[in-house]
Amino acid sequence: MTLKALFAASATAALLLALPANAGQLTIGFSQIGSESGWRAAETSVSKQEASKRQVNLKIADAQQKQENQIKAIRSFIAQNVDAIFLAPVVSTGWDSVLKEAKEAKIPVVLLDRDIDPSGKELYLTAVTSDSVHEGAVAGDWLAKTVGSKPCNIVELQGTVGASVATNRKKGFDTAIAKHANLKVVRSQTGDFTRAKGKEVMESFIKAEGGGKSICAVYAHNDDMMVGAIQAMKEAGLKPGKDVLTVSIDAVPDIFKAMAAGEANATVELTPNMAGPALDVVAAFKEKGTVPPKWIQTESKLYTAADDPQKIYDSKKGLGY
Amino acid sequence: MTALLPRRGLAQILALIVILAVDRVVSPQFFDLRLQDGRLFGSLIDVLNRGTPVALLSLGMVLVIATRGIDLSVGAVMAICGAIAASLADTHSLPVVLAAALGAGLACGLWNGFLVAVLGMQPIVATLILMVAGRGIAQLITEGRIVTFSSPDLVWLGNGAVLGLPVPVAIALGMVILTGVVVRGSALGLLIEATGGNARASELAGVGTRAMILAVYVWCGVCAALAGVIAAADIMGADANNAGLWLELDAILAVVIGGTSLFGGRFSLVLAVLGALIIQTMNTGILLSGYPPEFNLLVKAVVVLAVLLLQSPKLTGFAGIVARLRRTKA
Repeated sequence: MTLKALFAASATAALLLALPANAGQLTIGFSQIGSESGWRAAETSVSKQEASKRQVNLKIADAQQKQENQIKAIRSFIAQNVDAIFLAPVVSTGWDSVLKEAKEAKIPVVLLDRDIDPSGKELYLTAVTSDSVHEGAVAGDWLAKTVGSKPCNIVELQGTVGASVATNRKKGFDTAIAKHANLKVVRSQTGDFTRAKGKEVMESFIKAEGGGKSICAVYAHNDDMMVGAIQAMKEAGLKPGKDVLTVSIDAVPDIFKAMAAGEANATVELTPNMAGPALDVVAAFKEKGTVPPKWIQTESKLYTAADDPQKIYDSKKGLGY
Repeated sequence: MTALLPRRGLAQILALIVILAVDRVVSPQFFDLRLQDGRLFGSLIDVLNRGTPVALLSLGMVLVIATRGIDLSVGAVMAICGAIAASLADTHSLPVVLAAALGAGLACGLWNGFLVAVLGMQPIVATLILMVAGRGIAQLITEGRIVTFSSPDLVWLGNGAVLGLPVPVAIALGMVILTGVVVRGSALGLLIEATGGNARASELAGVGTRAMILAVYVWCGVCAALAGVIAAADIMGADANNAGLWLELDAILAVVIGGTSLFGGRFSLVLAVLGALIIQTMNTGILLSGYPPEFNLLVKAVVVLAVLLLQSPKLTGFAGIVARLRRTKA
């Protein structure tokens, strides 16, 4: 009963205050996919932090990987007449009708982390996502710069075969190193984005490349596989981070631990902070009517051992990764 | 010649030799071995080490299948027990960690066995429940994160060496011997086979079929727990989302490659473990070959088909007829 009253009160308050300039406290509904990965959990906790930083009332609905739950959540957000809806879509299709309902209710929708089918472009305000091709390119550029002009044999740990993130991260990296004739990917296998497979595949790379002596760098599509690969290298008597350069993507806490120990060189961040830019966009849209571009690309920041990895590890480990 | 080789198991041994030979072709250094920090290092050791989880799973699975059952939950049980071991590792001693993890595996097995033996549920459905719920339980334990640990004792279990052999391999070997002695050194194996062959008749003949069924699921749970602890120790962390994922299928495949019928009634422990080794020899070969990863599953399917064709009674029967015809002609 009290919860209902609270909803009703906040909805009325929002109605009264959402009108012109002085917007007061915004109420935003966030339909989150679930918590299938550490990154997803971190995204949820960072979203809460960013919202409280801006004094925004953020209501998070966990959809447990089901689109029907997300649609239900969006409908209930519409019924509560929130100021905006954030949606991290679990799939890319099937959103048209519920997004139309939001549009009719004049509630802007911002997509977080993932895009939806192009047919629905006019149905949302903007999408805040990372460019995974660019992430691969940042990794490739760092490696090219670090290696310089000496020849370098790279082994690659791919993500799950067919996953768009894996395809894109490979594409970006390949394009970046294509400009440098001295860089060559000599082996490439899938490690399914997991530590165990990353370790197993790296073990086989080491055997296949003469005990690993001819490997100059490892590129992994995510940090977890790299953590496994680092273990495999250590067990084979190699020194990752020194004899073998490492670069991976995601920036999860454990890679910073490895970096602090001198066993990893670089990681490209897939920021869990998608809500921050989205909140700014919504605030500007509500206050001044500024229409943002259709796509807001998050920064793919490169971290190396020079960035005080221990400190980043400490700041990230509490986020739920 | 044929007298020297065991009749049962010929197909499996042949398959293993052929796959090893192919591995040698795709990777010339396949049989190279050297000592690295007091442990043997080489592709062959990788095969044994990486094959350990599935070998352990198949050890339990083969007994379950012998009773005409099946256990789909072993992958999820691995995840649960790995998660328990990882969460306790840094605050408790190794015996406590092992007792907790193996105890959980035992409880999981008891649950499965209860559903099948006491409530009479069909094994595939009964164990499906834990297969689905188990991963959720594991995720609850790890709170969806990868729980890492640094306890040297547990790490040794995954990465240490005994007389040059990786510890997981030594553990698996010990388990095979233990299971073999218990099951084949007594009438237990025969009773299990009787239960699978005809539960009703065995019951009437005085075999405690219920106890047999309960026991094999419990043992299967314990084996899965051990596999889960080893998998966690190997990567120094418990990954509830991925640990043991789909390994129940590899374990069933290993048992089938080992010539044990899914209809129960007879089994071979050694051949089931050999089946696990065949699968891993193939996996390692694929990784060493340098083919694009898109081919992995296809190659695997073709090899499995070939191994099973080798054992098909129709095909071997046909080959036998051809051989006999030749002999009569000569």
